[in-house]
Amino acid sequence: MPELPIPIPPLPTLHESVFMAIALLTVVGAFLVVAARNLFHNALGLALTFFGVAGVYFVAEAEFVGVAQVLVYVGAISTLITFAIMLTRGMMYGATSPLNRQAGTAAIIAATVFVVMAGLLGSLPWPVAEEPIVDGQIVIANLGVGFVTEFVVAFLLLAVLLLVALAGAIVLAQDRK
Amino acid sequence: MDWLNLLVIPIIRSVVIIVVLLTGFAYLTWYERKLLARFHVRYGPNRAGPKGLLQPIADAVKAVFKEEIIPGHVDKVVYLLAPALALAPALLIWAVIPLGKDFPAVADVPIGFLWILAIAGVESYGVILAGWSSNNNYSLLGALRSSAQMISYEIPLGLFLVSILLLAGDFSLVNLVEAPRAWWEWLWLWIMFPLFFICILAETNRSPFDLPETENELVAGFQTEYGGIKFALFFMAEYISMITTSAIMATLFFGGYALPFGIGSDILPILGPFILAGKVIVLLFLFIWVRASLGRPRYDQLMGFAWRTLLPISLGYMIITALLTVFFK
Repeated sequence: MPELPIPIPPLPTLHESVFMAIALLTVVGAFLVVAARNLFHNALGLALTFFGVAGVYFVAEAEFVGVAQVLVYVGAISTLITFAIMLTRGMMYGATSPLNRQAGTAAIIAATVFVVMAGLLGSLPWPVAEEPIVDGQIVIANLGVGFVTEFVVAFLLLAVLLLVALAGAIVLAQDRK
Repeated sequence: MDWLNLLVIPIIRSVVIIVVLLTGFAYLTWYERKLLARFHVRYGPNRAGPKGLLQPIADAVKAVFKEEIIPGHVDKVVYLLAPALALAPALLIWAVIPLGKDFPAVADVPIGFLWILAIAGVESYGVILAGWSSNNNYSLLGALRSSAQMISYEIPLGLFLVSILLLAGDFSLVNLVEAPRAWWEWLWLWIMFPLFFICILAETNRSPFDLPETENELVAGFQTEYGGIKFALFFMAEYISMITTSAIMATLFFGGYALPFGIGSDILPILGPFILAGKVIVLLFLFIWVRASLGRPRYDQLMGFAWRTLLPISLGYMIITALLTVFFK
Protein backbone atom coordinates (compact mmCIF):
# COMPACT_ATOMS: atom_id res chain seq x y z
CA MET A 1 0.00 0.00 0.00
CA PRO A 2 1.47 3.38 -0.95
CA GLU A 3 2.26 5.75 1.88
CA LEU A 4 -0.34 8.52 2.14
CA PRO A 5 0.99 12.08 2.46
CA ILE A 6 -1.31 12.76 5.44
CA PRO A 7 -1.91 10.07 8.07
CA ILE A 8 -5.59 9.13 8.36
CA PRO A 9 -6.86 10.17 11.78
CA PRO A 10 -8.39 7.32 13.79
CA LEU A 11 -12.15 7.00 13.58
CA PRO A 12 -13.89 8.85 16.43
CA THR A 13 -15.22 6.69 19.23
CA LEU A 14 -18.91 6.69 20.04
CA HIS A 15 -18.29 9.13 22.87
CA GLU A 16 -16.41 11.53 20.62
CA SER A 17 -18.92 11.40 17.80
CA VAL A 18 -21.77 12.17 20.20
CA PHE A 19 -19.77 15.09 21.56
CA MET A 20 -19.08 16.37 18.03
CA ALA A 21 -22.75 16.22 17.07
CA ILE A 22 -23.78 18.10 20.20
CA ALA A 23 -21.01 20.67 19.83
CA LEU A 24 -22.06 21.29 16.23
CA LEU A 25 -25.65 21.81 17.36
CA THR A 26 -24.49 24.30 19.99
CA VAL A 27 -22.46 26.28 17.49
CA VAL A 28 -25.31 26.32 14.97
CA GLY A 29 -27.61 27.61 17.71
CA ALA A 30 -25.13 30.31 18.67
CA PHE A 31 -24.80 31.31 15.03
CA LEU A 32 -28.59 31.60 14.74
CA VAL A 33 -28.68 33.88 17.79
CA VAL A 34 -26.50 36.49 16.13
CA ALA A 35 -27.23 35.94 12.45
CA ALA A 36 -30.93 35.15 12.07
CA ARG A 37 -32.89 38.13 10.81
CA ASN A 38 -35.96 37.50 12.90
CA LEU A 39 -36.04 38.19 16.62
CA PHE A 40 -38.07 35.07 17.40
CA HIS A 41 -35.59 32.89 15.52
CA ASN A 42 -32.78 34.46 17.56
CA ALA A 43 -34.56 33.43 20.74
CA LEU A 44 -35.05 29.89 19.46
CA GLY A 45 -31.37 29.74 18.54
CA LEU A 46 -30.56 30.69 22.11
CA ALA A 47 -32.73 27.84 23.40
CA LEU A 48 -30.93 25.44 21.04
CA THR A 49 -27.55 26.63 22.33
CA PHE A 50 -28.61 26.14 25.94
CA PHE A 51 -29.76 22.64 25.04
CA GLY A 52 -26.45 21.92 23.37
CA VAL A 53 -24.52 23.07 26.42
CA ALA A 54 -26.66 20.77 28.57
CA GLY A 55 -25.76 17.98 26.15
CA VAL A 56 -22.06 18.71 26.62
CA TYR A 57 -22.54 18.40 30.38
CA PHE A 58 -24.25 15.06 29.85
CA VAL A 59 -21.38 13.81 27.70
CA ALA A 60 -19.02 14.89 30.48
CA GLU A 61 -21.14 12.74 32.84
CA ALA A 62 -22.16 15.76 34.89
CA GLU A 63 -25.84 14.82 34.76
CA PHE A 64 -26.86 17.05 37.62
CA VAL A 65 -25.40 20.18 36.03
CA GLY A 66 -26.88 19.16 32.67
CA VAL A 67 -30.38 18.75 34.05
CA ALA A 68 -30.06 21.99 36.01
CA GLN A 69 -29.04 23.69 32.76
CA VAL A 70 -32.16 22.41 30.98
CA LEU A 71 -34.36 23.27 33.94
CA VAL A 72 -33.13 26.83 34.39
CA TYR A 73 -31.93 27.99 31.00
CA VAL A 74 -34.12 26.10 28.51
CA GLY A 75 -37.18 25.67 30.69
CA ALA A 76 -37.32 29.05 32.38
CA ILE A 77 -35.10 31.72 30.86
CA SER A 78 -35.62 30.94 27.16
CA THR A 79 -39.35 30.49 27.69
CA LEU A 80 -39.53 33.90 29.32
CA ILE A 81 -37.54 35.46 26.47
CA THR A 82 -39.85 34.00 23.81
CA PHE A 83 -42.80 35.06 25.91
CA ALA A 84 -41.53 38.63 26.10
CA ILE A 85 -40.95 38.69 22.33
CA MET A 86 -44.47 37.46 21.68
CA LEU A 87 -45.82 40.33 23.76
CA THR A 88 -43.93 42.96 21.75
CA ARG A 89 -46.03 42.74 18.63
CA GLY A 90 -44.09 45.18 16.47
CA MET A 91 -40.90 43.11 16.52
CA MET A 92 -42.53 39.78 15.86
CA TYR A 93 -42.86 39.46 12.14
CA GLY A 94 -40.64 40.57 9.30
CA ALA A 95 -36.90 40.68 9.12
CA THR A 96 -34.80 43.07 11.11
CA SER A 97 -31.14 43.59 10.39
CA PRO A 98 -28.91 42.21 13.11
CA LEU A 99 -26.44 45.03 12.41
CA ASN A 100 -26.65 48.56 13.77
CA ARG A 101 -24.25 51.45 14.38
CA GLN A 102 -22.56 49.65 17.23
CA ALA A 103 -21.74 46.56 15.18
CA GLY A 104 -18.07 47.44 14.73
CA THR A 105 -17.47 48.18 18.40
CA ALA A 106 -19.35 45.04 19.40
CA ALA A 107 -17.25 42.94 17.03
CA ILE A 108 -14.01 44.30 18.56
CA ILE A 109 -15.23 43.64 22.11
CA ALA A 110 -16.40 40.13 21.19
CA ALA A 111 -13.08 39.34 19.54
CA THR A 112 -11.17 40.62 22.57
CA VAL A 113 -13.26 38.57 24.97
CA PHE A 114 -12.79 35.52 22.76
CA VAL A 115 -9.00 35.91 22.68
CA VAL A 116 -8.77 36.43 26.44
CA MET A 117 -11.06 33.48 27.19
CA ALA A 118 -9.33 31.17 24.73
CA GLY A 119 -5.95 32.12 26.17
CA LEU A 120 -7.11 31.58 29.74
CA LEU A 121 -8.84 28.29 29.07
CA GLY A 122 -5.92 27.00 27.03
CA SER A 123 -3.36 27.78 29.72
CA LEU A 124 -5.32 26.26 32.62
CA PRO A 125 -4.50 22.75 33.76
CA TRP A 126 -7.70 20.67 33.76
CA PRO A 127 -7.63 18.20 36.63
CA VAL A 128 -9.24 14.86 35.87
CA ALA A 129 -10.57 12.54 38.57
CA GLU A 130 -8.34 9.52 39.14
CA GLU A 131 -11.20 7.06 39.06
CA PRO A 132 -14.57 7.38 37.35
CA ILE A 133 -17.25 8.59 39.75
CA VAL A 134 -19.68 5.73 40.17
CA ASP A 135 -22.39 7.06 42.45
CA GLY A 136 -24.00 10.24 41.19
CA GLN A 137 -25.95 10.63 44.42
CA ILE A 138 -22.77 11.36 46.39
CA VAL A 139 -21.79 14.10 43.98
CA ILE A 140 -25.16 15.83 44.43
CA ALA A 141 -24.99 15.44 48.20
CA ASN A 142 -21.48 16.96 48.25
CA LEU A 143 -22.75 19.83 46.13
CA GLY A 144 -25.53 20.51 48.62
CA VAL A 145 -23.19 20.35 51.61
CA GLY A 146 -20.81 22.70 49.83
CA PHE A 147 -23.55 25.27 49.42
CA VAL A 148 -24.18 25.52 53.16
CA THR A 149 -20.57 25.28 54.33
CA GLU A 150 -17.75 26.37 52.07
CA PHE A 151 -19.72 28.55 49.65
CA VAL A 152 -22.35 29.79 52.06
CA VAL A 153 -21.56 33.48 51.47
CA ALA A 154 -21.93 33.22 47.70
CA PHE A 155 -25.11 31.18 48.15
CA LEU A 156 -26.66 33.77 50.47
CA LEU A 157 -25.63 36.62 48.17
CA LEU A 158 -27.38 34.89 45.26
CA ALA A 159 -30.49 34.41 47.39
CA VAL A 160 -30.50 38.12 48.26
CA LEU A 161 -29.99 39.02 44.60
CA LEU A 162 -32.99 36.93 43.57
CA LEU A 163 -35.09 38.47 46.33
CA VAL A 164 -34.16 41.95 45.13
CA ALA A 165 -35.10 40.98 41.57
CA LEU A 166 -38.46 39.67 42.79
CA ALA A 167 -39.19 42.83 44.77
CA GLY A 168 -38.12 44.94 41.80
CA ALA A 169 -40.47 43.05 39.49
CA ILE A 170 -43.37 43.69 41.86
CA VAL A 171 -42.53 47.40 42.05
CA LEU A 172 -42.38 47.63 38.24
CA ALA A 173 -45.68 45.81 37.84
CA GLN A 174 -47.51 48.04 40.34
CA ASP A 175 -50.14 50.44 39.11
CA ARG A 176 -48.79 53.96 38.92
CA LYS A 177 -50.99 56.50 40.64
CA MET B 1 -20.00 -4.54 22.50
CA ASP B 2 -19.75 -0.85 23.22
CA TRP B 3 -22.11 -0.09 20.36
CA LEU B 4 -24.48 -2.88 21.28
CA ASN B 5 -24.90 -1.80 24.90
CA LEU B 6 -24.87 1.94 24.30
CA LEU B 7 -26.95 2.15 21.14
CA VAL B 8 -28.72 -0.95 19.90
CA ILE B 9 -30.36 -2.16 23.12
CA PRO B 10 -31.57 1.28 24.28
CA ILE B 11 -32.94 1.96 20.79
CA ILE B 12 -34.88 -1.32 20.78
CA ARG B 13 -36.26 -0.61 24.24
CA SER B 14 -37.20 2.96 23.31
CA VAL B 15 -38.98 1.76 20.17
CA VAL B 16 -40.95 -0.77 22.21
CA ILE B 17 -41.98 1.90 24.72
CA ILE B 18 -42.95 4.33 21.95
CA VAL B 19 -45.03 1.73 20.13
CA VAL B 20 -46.81 0.84 23.38
CA LEU B 21 -47.40 4.53 24.07
CA LEU B 22 -48.80 5.18 20.61
CA THR B 23 -51.17 2.24 20.93
CA GLY B 24 -52.04 3.49 24.39
CA PHE B 25 -52.77 6.91 22.92
CA ALA B 26 -55.06 5.46 20.26
CA TYR B 27 -57.03 3.48 22.79
CA LEU B 28 -57.03 6.35 25.29
CA THR B 29 -59.13 8.32 22.80
CA TRP B 30 -61.53 5.37 22.62
CA TYR B 31 -61.52 5.06 26.45
CA GLU B 32 -62.24 8.76 26.83
CA ARG B 33 -65.04 8.82 24.24
CA LYS B 34 -66.66 5.74 25.72
CA LEU B 35 -66.43 7.09 29.27
CA LEU B 36 -67.64 10.57 28.37
CA ALA B 37 -70.56 8.92 26.59
CA ARG B 38 -71.34 6.94 29.73
CA PHE B 39 -71.27 10.15 31.79
CA HIS B 40 -73.71 11.65 29.29
CA VAL B 41 -75.88 8.50 29.21
CA ARG B 42 -75.00 7.84 25.55
CA TYR B 43 -73.33 4.88 23.85
CA GLY B 44 -70.26 6.51 22.36
CA PRO B 45 -68.47 5.07 19.31
CA ASN B 46 -70.06 1.70 18.51
CA ARG B 47 -69.99 1.35 14.72
CA ALA B 48 -66.39 0.44 13.83
CA GLY B 49 -65.75 -3.04 15.15
CA PRO B 50 -67.17 -4.62 18.30
CA LYS B 51 -67.85 -1.96 20.96
CA GLY B 52 -66.28 0.58 18.58
CA LEU B 53 -62.83 -0.90 19.22
CA LEU B 54 -61.65 -0.23 15.67
CA GLN B 55 -62.59 3.46 15.87
CA PRO B 56 -59.06 4.68 16.80
CA ILE B 57 -57.63 2.84 13.77
CA ALA B 58 -60.21 4.40 11.49
CA ASP B 59 -59.36 7.82 12.91
CA ALA B 60 -55.64 7.24 12.40
CA VAL B 61 -56.12 6.18 8.78
CA LYS B 62 -58.25 9.24 8.16
CA ALA B 63 -55.63 11.59 9.67
CA VAL B 64 -52.81 10.02 7.66
CA PHE B 65 -54.62 10.34 4.33
CA LYS B 66 -55.70 13.93 4.84
CA GLU B 67 -54.18 16.50 2.50
CA GLU B 68 -51.07 18.18 3.86
CA ILE B 69 -51.90 21.87 3.99
CA ILE B 70 -49.31 24.46 4.92
CA PRO B 71 -50.94 27.89 4.95
CA GLY B 72 -49.06 30.52 2.97
CA HIS B 73 -48.74 33.03 5.80
CA VAL B 74 -46.91 30.82 8.31
CA ASP B 75 -43.24 30.70 9.29
CA LYS B 76 -42.61 27.37 7.59
CA VAL B 77 -39.70 25.91 9.56
CA VAL B 78 -41.05 26.80 12.99
CA TYR B 79 -44.55 25.78 11.91
CA LEU B 80 -43.36 22.28 11.03
CA LEU B 81 -41.11 22.03 14.09
CA ALA B 82 -43.84 22.86 16.61
CA PRO B 83 -45.89 19.60 16.53
CA ALA B 84 -42.72 17.54 16.89
CA LEU B 85 -41.52 19.66 19.81
CA ALA B 86 -44.91 19.30 21.45
CA LEU B 87 -44.75 15.51 21.29
CA ALA B 88 -41.07 14.97 22.16
CA PRO B 89 -41.10 15.93 25.88
CA ALA B 90 -44.01 13.61 26.65
CA LEU B 91 -41.99 10.72 25.19
CA LEU B 92 -38.64 11.85 26.66
CA ILE B 93 -39.86 11.55 30.25
CA TRP B 94 -40.32 7.81 29.68
CA ALA B 95 -36.55 7.50 29.53
CA VAL B 96 -36.39 7.58 33.32
CA ILE B 97 -39.65 5.99 34.52
CA PRO B 98 -38.85 2.61 36.10
CA LEU B 99 -41.10 -0.10 34.67
CA GLY B 100 -40.40 -2.94 37.06
CA LYS B 101 -37.79 -4.61 39.17
CA ASP B 102 -36.30 -6.43 36.19
CA PHE B 103 -37.21 -3.66 33.75
CA PRO B 104 -35.25 -0.59 34.80
CA ALA B 105 -35.80 2.64 32.90
CA VAL B 106 -34.11 3.03 29.51
CA ALA B 107 -31.76 5.56 31.10
CA ASP B 108 -31.49 4.48 34.70
CA VAL B 109 -29.83 7.71 35.81
CA PRO B 110 -29.43 8.72 39.45
CA ILE B 111 -31.18 12.03 38.76
CA GLY B 112 -34.43 10.70 37.28
CA PHE B 113 -36.40 12.99 39.50
CA LEU B 114 -34.77 16.15 38.21
CA TRP B 115 -35.09 14.92 34.64
CA ILE B 116 -38.89 14.92 35.01
CA LEU B 117 -38.80 18.45 36.36
CA ALA B 118 -36.51 19.67 33.58
CA ILE B 119 -38.49 18.10 30.75
CA ALA B 120 -41.76 19.41 32.20
CA GLY B 121 -40.23 22.86 31.84
CA VAL B 122 -39.55 22.32 28.15
CA GLU B 123 -43.09 21.17 27.40
CA SER B 124 -44.45 24.64 26.68
CA TYR B 125 -42.22 25.11 23.62
CA GLY B 126 -44.44 23.21 21.20
CA VAL B 127 -47.42 25.39 22.03
CA ILE B 128 -45.42 28.65 21.94
CA LEU B 129 -43.86 27.83 18.58
CA ALA B 130 -47.19 26.75 17.10
CA GLY B 131 -48.92 29.91 18.24
CA TRP B 132 -46.20 32.22 17.00
CA SER B 133 -45.48 30.57 13.67
CA SER B 134 -49.16 30.36 12.70
CA ASN B 135 -49.24 34.15 12.25
CA ASN B 136 -52.81 34.24 13.45
CA ASN B 137 -54.30 36.24 16.33
CA TYR B 138 -56.25 33.33 17.78
CA SER B 139 -53.22 31.08 17.70
CA LEU B 140 -51.03 33.72 19.30
CA LEU B 141 -53.52 34.39 22.10
CA GLY B 142 -53.83 30.67 22.72
CA ALA B 143 -50.06 30.30 22.89
CA LEU B 144 -49.65 33.28 25.21
CA ARG B 145 -52.32 31.96 27.53
CA SER B 146 -50.83 28.53 27.47
CA SER B 147 -47.28 29.59 28.23
CA ALA B 148 -48.41 31.88 31.05
CA GLN B 149 -50.52 29.07 32.45
CA MET B 150 -47.76 26.48 32.19
CA ILE B 151 -45.11 28.74 33.70
CA SER B 152 -47.42 29.68 36.58
CA TYR B 153 -48.44 26.14 37.46
CA GLU B 154 -44.89 24.87 37.12
CA ILE B 155 -43.93 26.76 40.28
CA PRO B 156 -46.29 25.02 42.73
CA LEU B 157 -45.71 21.77 40.84
CA GLY B 158 -41.95 22.16 41.31
CA LEU B 159 -42.36 22.97 45.01
CA PHE B 160 -44.54 19.89 45.51
CA LEU B 161 -41.95 17.77 43.71
CA VAL B 162 -39.23 19.23 45.95
CA SER B 163 -41.34 18.21 48.95
CA ILE B 164 -41.61 14.63 47.66
CA LEU B 165 -37.87 14.69 47.10
CA LEU B 166 -37.25 15.91 50.67
CA LEU B 167 -39.40 13.13 52.03
CA ALA B 168 -37.70 10.49 49.89
CA GLY B 169 -34.20 11.88 50.32
CA ASP B 170 -33.17 10.38 47.00
CA PHE B 171 -33.06 11.54 43.38
CA SER B 172 -33.47 8.04 41.97
CA LEU B 173 -36.97 6.95 40.98
CA VAL B 174 -36.15 3.28 41.50
CA ASN B 175 -35.14 3.95 45.11
CA LEU B 176 -38.30 6.02 45.51
CA VAL B 177 -40.40 2.98 44.61
CA GLU B 178 -38.30 0.42 46.46
CA ALA B 179 -37.66 2.30 49.71
CA PRO B 180 -40.11 1.47 52.51
CA ARG B 181 -42.13 4.37 53.85
CA ALA B 182 -43.73 4.98 57.22
CA TRP B 183 -47.53 5.26 57.34
CA TRP B 184 -47.46 8.98 58.10
CA GLU B 185 -45.29 9.56 55.02
CA TRP B 186 -47.93 7.97 52.80
CA LEU B 187 -50.66 9.96 54.53
CA TRP B 188 -48.73 13.22 54.15
CA LEU B 189 -48.14 12.46 50.46
CA TRP B 190 -51.77 11.63 49.74
CA ILE B 191 -53.02 14.79 51.45
CA MET B 192 -51.09 16.68 48.80
CA PHE B 193 -52.17 14.50 45.86
CA PRO B 194 -55.34 16.47 44.90
CA LEU B 195 -53.35 19.72 44.69
CA PHE B 196 -50.62 18.02 42.68
CA PHE B 197 -53.26 16.66 40.34
CA ILE B 198 -54.65 20.17 39.81
CA CYS B 199 -51.17 21.36 38.79
CA ILE B 200 -50.86 18.38 36.42
CA LEU B 201 -54.23 19.21 34.83
CA ALA B 202 -53.00 22.74 34.16
CA GLU B 203 -49.63 21.55 32.87
CA THR B 204 -51.20 19.15 30.39
CA ASN B 205 -53.78 21.76 29.29
CA ARG B 206 -56.54 19.35 30.14
CA SER B 207 -60.11 20.29 30.85
CA PRO B 208 -61.11 22.21 33.00
CA PHE B 209 -57.86 24.11 32.35
CA ASP B 210 -57.95 23.82 28.54
CA LEU B 211 -57.90 27.58 28.08
CA PRO B 212 -55.23 27.51 25.35
CA GLU B 213 -57.87 25.99 23.06
CA THR B 214 -61.15 27.40 24.29
CA GLU B 215 -63.34 26.75 21.26
CA ASN B 216 -65.86 29.46 22.09
CA GLU B 217 -63.27 32.26 22.34
CA LEU B 218 -60.20 31.23 20.37
CA VAL B 219 -61.46 28.90 17.61
CA ALA B 220 -58.95 26.14 18.42
CA GLY B 221 -56.25 28.23 20.10
CA PHE B 222 -52.67 27.50 19.13
CA GLN B 223 -53.64 24.66 16.78
CA THR B 224 -56.09 26.65 14.65
CA GLU B 225 -53.84 26.61 11.58
CA TYR B 226 -52.96 22.93 11.85
CA GLY B 227 -54.69 20.09 10.06
CA GLY B 228 -54.29 16.45 9.12
CA ILE B 229 -51.37 14.58 10.62
CA LYS B 230 -49.86 17.74 12.12
CA PHE B 231 -53.01 18.31 14.13
CA ALA B 232 -52.94 14.64 15.07
CA LEU B 233 -49.44 15.15 16.48
CA PHE B 234 -50.72 17.87 18.84
CA PHE B 235 -53.57 15.61 19.79
CA MET B 236 -51.09 12.82 20.41
CA ALA B 237 -48.92 15.13 22.51
CA GLU B 238 -51.83 15.98 24.79
CA TYR B 239 -52.93 12.39 25.26
CA ILE B 240 -49.45 10.95 25.67
CA SER B 241 -48.79 13.70 28.21
CA MET B 242 -51.79 12.39 30.11
CA ILE B 243 -50.37 8.87 30.06
CA THR B 244 -46.92 10.11 31.01
CA THR B 245 -48.09 12.26 33.91
CA SER B 246 -50.28 9.41 35.12
CA ALA B 247 -47.24 7.16 35.16
CA ILE B 248 -45.30 9.84 37.07
CA MET B 249 -48.09 10.21 39.61
CA ALA B 250 -48.34 6.43 39.98
CA THR B 251 -44.57 6.29 40.59
CA LEU B 252 -44.45 9.21 43.02
CA PHE B 253 -47.63 8.61 45.01
CA PHE B 254 -48.79 5.04 44.56
CA GLY B 255 -45.72 2.86 44.54
CA GLY B 256 -45.15 2.71 40.78
CA TYR B 257 -44.68 -0.84 39.54
CA ALA B 258 -44.94 -2.39 43.04
CA LEU B 259 -48.04 -3.83 44.64
CA PRO B 260 -49.09 -2.50 48.05
CA PHE B 261 -47.58 -4.24 51.12
CA GLY B 262 -44.95 -5.80 48.88
CA ILE B 263 -47.30 -8.56 47.63
CA GLY B 264 -45.83 -10.68 44.89
CA SER B 265 -43.10 -8.22 43.94
CA ASP B 266 -40.50 -10.97 44.21
CA ILE B 267 -42.63 -13.85 42.96
CA LEU B 268 -43.53 -12.34 39.60
CA PRO B 269 -41.26 -9.41 38.77
CA ILE B 270 -42.51 -9.60 35.18
CA LEU B 271 -45.81 -8.17 36.42
CA GLY B 272 -44.17 -4.77 37.07
CA PRO B 273 -45.08 -3.05 33.79
CA PHE B 274 -48.62 -4.42 33.95
CA ILE B 275 -49.16 -3.17 37.51
CA LEU B 276 -47.88 0.25 36.44
CA ALA B 277 -50.25 0.16 33.45
CA GLY B 278 -53.17 -0.72 35.72
CA LYS B 279 -52.44 2.25 37.98
CA VAL B 280 -52.09 4.49 34.92
CA ILE B 281 -55.52 3.42 33.64
CA VAL B 282 -57.12 4.25 37.02
CA LEU B 283 -55.46 7.68 37.03
CA LEU B 284 -56.53 8.30 33.42
CA PHE B 285 -60.10 7.64 34.54
CA LEU B 286 -59.59 10.52 36.99
CA PHE B 287 -58.62 12.87 34.13
CA ILE B 288 -61.74 11.96 32.18
CA TRP B 289 -63.99 12.06 35.22
CA VAL B 290 -62.83 15.63 35.92
CA ARG B 291 -63.40 16.59 32.30
CA ALA B 292 -66.95 15.24 32.36
CA SER B 293 -67.80 16.91 35.67
CA LEU B 294 -66.26 20.38 35.84
CA GLY B 295 -66.72 23.57 33.86
CA ARG B 296 -63.88 25.76 32.67
CA PRO B 297 -62.84 28.65 34.93
CA ARG B 298 -62.26 32.17 33.65
CA TYR B 299 -58.68 33.01 32.72
CA ASP B 300 -58.09 35.41 35.64
CA GLN B 301 -59.53 32.81 38.04
CA LEU B 302 -57.09 30.26 36.65
CA MET B 303 -54.05 32.50 37.12
CA GLY B 304 -55.27 33.81 40.48
CA PHE B 305 -55.67 30.27 41.75
CA ALA B 306 -52.07 29.40 40.84
CA TRP B 307 -50.50 32.47 42.40
CA ARG B 308 -52.77 33.24 45.35
CA THR B 309 -53.82 29.78 46.47
CA LEU B 310 -51.51 27.05 45.19
CA LEU B 311 -48.23 28.92 45.60
CA PRO B 312 -48.65 29.74 49.33
CA ILE B 313 -49.99 26.24 50.01
CA SER B 314 -47.09 24.58 48.22
CA LEU B 315 -44.55 26.78 50.04
CA GLY B 316 -46.15 25.95 53.38
CA TYR B 317 -46.28 22.28 52.48
CA MET B 318 -42.60 22.29 51.60
CA ILE B 319 -41.63 23.96 54.90
CA ILE B 320 -43.70 21.49 56.94
CA THR B 321 -42.25 18.57 54.95
CA ALA B 322 -38.74 19.81 55.66
CA LEU B 323 -39.53 20.00 59.39
CA LEU B 324 -41.14 16.54 59.36
CA THR B 325 -38.13 15.09 57.57
CA VAL B 326 -35.69 16.63 60.03
CA PHE B 327 -37.55 15.63 63.19
CA PHE B 328 -39.18 12.29 62.36
CA LYS B 329 -36.86 10.51 59.93
